[in-house]
Amino acid sequence: MSATPFPAGPIQRCEGRAVVVPGDDIDTDRIIPARYLKCVTFDGLAEGVFADDRSERAGDHPFDRAENQGAAILVVNRNFGCGSSREHAPQALMRWGLRAVIGESFAEIFFGNCLALGIPCLSADHDAVLALQAAIAAHPGAVLQLDLEPPLVRLVAGSEVLEWPLSLPAGPRRMLVSGEWNGTAQLVAHDGELRATASRLPYLTGFAAA
Amino acid sequence: MSAGTLYDKVWELHRVADLPGGATQLFIGLHLIHEVTSPQAFAALNDLGLTVRHPERTVATVDHIVPTTSQARPFADPLAEAMLATLEGNCARHGITLHGLGSGRQGIVHVIAPELGLTQPGMTVACGDSHTSTHGAFGAIAFGIGTSQVRDVLASQSLAMGKLKVRRIRVDGALQSGVYAKDLVLHVIRTLGVKGGVGYAYEFAGPAIEALSMEERMTLCNMAIEGGARCGYVNPDAVTFAYLKGRPHAPTGDAWERAVAWWSSLASGPEASFDDEVVFDAATIAPTITWGITPGQAIGVDETVPTLEQTESDERPIAEEAYRYMDLRPGAPIEGLPVDVCFIGSCTNGRLSDLRAAADVARGRRVAAGIKAFVVPGSEQVAAEAEAEGLDAVFRAAGFEWREPGCSMCLAMNPDRLEGRQISASSSNRNFKGRQGSATGRTLLMSPAMVAAAAVSGHVADVRRLVAAPTTPEPETASTRA
Repeated sequence: MSATPFPAGPIQRCEGRAVVVPGDDIDTDRIIPARYLKCVTFDGLAEGVFADDRSERAGDHPFDRAENQGAAILVVNRNFGCGSSREHAPQALMRWGLRAVIGESFAEIFFGNCLALGIPCLSADHDAVLALQAAIAAHPGAVLQLDLEPPLVRLVAGSEVLEWPLSLPAGPRRMLVSGEWNGTAQLVAHDGELRATASRLPYLTGFAAA
Repeated sequence: MSAGTLYDKVWELHRVADLPGGATQLFIGLHLIHEVTSPQAFAALNDLGLTVRHPERTVATVDHIVPTTSQARPFADPLAEAMLATLEGNCARHGITLHGLGSGRQGIVHVIAPELGLTQPGMTVACGDSHTSTHGAFGAIAFGIGTSQVRDVLASQSLAMGKLKVRRIRVDGALQSGVYAKDLVLHVIRTLGVKGGVGYAYEFAGPAIEALSMEERMTLCNMAIEGGARCGYVNPDAVTFAYLKGRPHAPTGDAWERAVAWWSSLASGPEASFDDEVVFDAATIAPTITWGITPGQAIGVDETVPTLEQTESDERPIAEEAYRYMDLRPGAPIEGLPVDVCFIGSCTNGRLSDLRAAADVARGRRVAAGIKAFVVPGSEQVAAEAEAEGLDAVFRAAGFEWREPGCSMCLAMNPDRLEGRQISASSSNRNFKGRQGSATGRTLLMSPAMVAAAAVSGHVADVRRLVAAPTTPEPETASTRA
């Protein structure tokens, strides 16, 4: 479980050990089964992360292996986080200790939910992700250094340093690097613009504006 | 880049500001909330010292956690009770309308908002639920959001969003008898893949789409997200307007005429350009059913489970995982596969026309021995209408249980769930591992009529054989012969 504080402020880099969860199309029901959604706070969600997959693997799931405890960076494959919009999924991953995700691709709502928590989801092509996963397997306990500008990941194992370029769309990257990923205050501050928009929406004006 | 599409027009109209990070601040016309994804959003709002900006533009109901056998309070499950009590407290505190149990208007959020006329063409609709894409059936731009975004909509009636690309999915021809919107959308997802729609809004268009009823269009748009598209929509037309007219929140009098004129102007015109287009022929689509663990792992009921050789190389690992999990042999027929549980309901297929189609199959037949079959209306209104026309009696006579409205076994956040390795025929939207409440439970997605066919047959069956034959065939006489 996480000992480091949750993300806050500008996010430019992340450093820590990696945990690899292989497989395509891993949906949010698998990340956090629905029974763990019966709650009114996110506090206890770390317990439920990958609960059914972990019980199926009886202690051999990546999240249960001793060498992965304390990992900060999750490495996955294609279309990670598809399905339900539940923010409980990134909340559970964050509360387990993760601060960044690297994969081939991400489902859109999952990507946005992570962004809203200050957790970057960075992508790389198929072969690069497989090479990164293989390198992590070959160097247990190695530390990954993740940079957002430019986006890249570096694996440091003794004197050996391996590096892969990553991609992160410019908008989310700017939001993370500048610390504007938690933008509620900014949305609220546009009071005049919100009023102006509402005043031109036909369905808010008895269709008089149509 | 798309231009002149309904998506472009609605986006532009709701654009509040361009944000420094590059995203657009988008006004949200209708915000729907429920008990699962809103409590933490209200707590965060409180922590920030903010209030709800437009309480009249947020509407609440309770659906995911309600039991479908007895809905008496307090619920037997204290966690479920706490979630509903929290929603009730938040709605009362912030002046938000809550359509609660027994109000006559409670039900699955994506069923009640359309039936109350809350969902209208040209709106932006957001809800902390991925199946919010359902509302696109009206020509709205509707998408699921996470809890942090629910907080943002409560605080500002807006969201930071990136604009999507637009793919037109044109469906020519007409669906065969016994083939429904559910089959069509499973066929689209099977063809384009579960991540094919990532980064896109799907515009469904063409003769086969125009021929669909509003409820069928809702089924179609509901599952856009299962193909990776965060929103799907259908251009508003006479079918849309006829559905809306007279509903509680629909405009009336002169405002109705002005509304129809505006709604009509929103449709993607002949000059519209799209980022991409894919064409389907409705006539070639069979009743479609999932065999695996993603909604894209679907086949016609008359096909066999695909072999690895028939599977694209990048889809093979998940196909192998699905063979193991489902305990299905590549090359085996899907028709005839025994099922244990039959579930008719959900935001995908829990509306009146869904229940009618299933009842047509169940009428005069019996649920096969050893099968648990149950029907969960999508809302209190659907239940009342179905009961008024005697559908509950048809189902009960056939051996189905008739339940109270809610999300039920679609996601098993309530007492309805699979046990052990049971296999269900389900009219819901997701066949993910463990989705229906058992970590080893198995789900076959199909239309409500196909679920009813499975229930009365005891196994996966081709509904066309049960409904195609006219009940009173016209006698062949000399005068009708050519």
